[in-house]
Amino acid sequence: MTPSFHRLANPARFQKFARRALPWSWAVAVLAIGSGFVWGLALSPADYQQGDTVRVMYVHVPAAWMAMACYGLMALLSAFFLVWKHQLAGIAALAAAPVGACFTAIALITGSLWGKPTWGTWWVWDARLTSVLVLFFLYLGYLALAGAFDDRSRGLRAASLLALVGIINLPIIKFSVDWWNTLHQPASILRAGGPSIHASMLWPLMITALGFAAFLVAILLVRIRSELALWRTEALMRRHTRGAP
Amino acid sequence: MTTFGALVRRDIALATRRGGDAALTLVFFVVAVAVFPFGVGPDPDLLARIAAGIIWVTALLASMTSLERLYRGDLEDGSLEIMALSTQPVEFQVAAKCLAHWLTSGLPVVVLSPLMAMLLNLDVAAWWILVVSLAIGTPILCLVGSIGAALVLGARKSGALIGLIVLPLQVPVMIFGIGAVEAVLRGSPVLPPLLIEAALLIAGTPLALWASAVALRMAIE
Repeated sequence: MTPSFHRLANPARFQKFARRALPWSWAVAVLAIGSGFVWGLALSPADYQQGDTVRVMYVHVPAAWMAMACYGLMALLSAFFLVWKHQLAGIAALAAAPVGACFTAIALITGSLWGKPTWGTWWVWDARLTSVLVLFFLYLGYLALAGAFDDRSRGLRAASLLALVGIINLPIIKFSVDWWNTLHQPASILRAGGPSIHASMLWPLMITALGFAAFLVAILLVRIRSELALWRTEALMRRHTRGAP
Repeated sequence: MTTFGALVRRDIALATRRGGDAALTLVFFVVAVAVFPFGVGPDPDLLARIAAGIIWVTALLASMTSLERLYRGDLEDGSLEIMALSTQPVEFQVAAKCLAHWLTSGLPVVVLSPLMAMLLNLDVAAWWILVVSLAIGTPILCLVGSIGAALVLGARKSGALIGLIVLPLQVPVMIFGIGAVEAVLRGSPVLPPLLIEAALLIAGTPLALWASAVALRMAIE
């Protein structure tokens, strides 16, 4: 879309950018997650109803945000790949998928651990839980489809289209399970009239979320670089076996 | 329009003649529904409560059984390439194939569903709503399934893969389809879930045709 994005589609220029951005994103990730966890898990007040259990929030909520952000990013990159044929965008989407799937799994597992003491059960078929579970399945489908072809780039194209179909479907799934069943607490941070969560909890949460986002950027840069190296290695090997100069 | 009709007739003939693909889907549907009482017990009240869910989920699984063959044969014998070379857009061919697929795999399920509802002791008042919800819903199952079938063309392990791709996308239509039947049983308005289901069909049809066509073009590139 923007000219800067098209410039980044050049692998050499991307490598240069990644080399420069990587130390910064690691630094922000370590600092923000470290201080956010100390603040959130030790210094912030316990909830008047949930007690110390509420501290699961500092892992659960940022992980859930990253899970959703990662799918959005993946779909956006897939669109760039399908429309402008930027190979790098497709590879970046492929690199983002396992990361997003992991964040989704973390959100589901920590949510389950949080649910046991507060709701009295590991799992309920509540609207939010269900839509995150479906999100997890969409990630699995993307990864399975991308890996199911002998020709890697064919798999990447099919999976990119699936990511696009998935992003169109995601709001519908969300809406339909909301209609179906609701027990999860309503949104308490992004809502009209300001957040309903107290500042002493909001600050560590936001700092942890910043750290998670920086971690996401860092791990994506590392994964994209390794995927690029893999594709390049395979291309070289193909050329070698064909015996071309 | 004659091309469209010819394609539909060809696919119906392929599905109903030798090989018995269409009959197989239907038999699977009946047998799979009949297995449920053995699993959950013969209690009529319990069966009546979950009948709509059983029939819908089984219809969903039955639609999976024939999806793999939707485009595979055409890819293997080269007719897919001939279709792509024709003057009609690929979306048009996809529409014809989906219609034929629905007529041979979706429609029989819709027609047989009251019989299954009777076996599972579903309230007679809900039979018609079940039929209507399946009549609106099974074309969506075909269309979304067609995206999955087109995407996995050429993959190493396509059977289970289609399920993994398509099943999560089918969640909304199933929720509203079953929601309509549940609404009758509860005595709440039936129209909202049915209308939303119809809206999904109307909005989903062009999207699914487009996505399937893009995936088919990828497969024959």
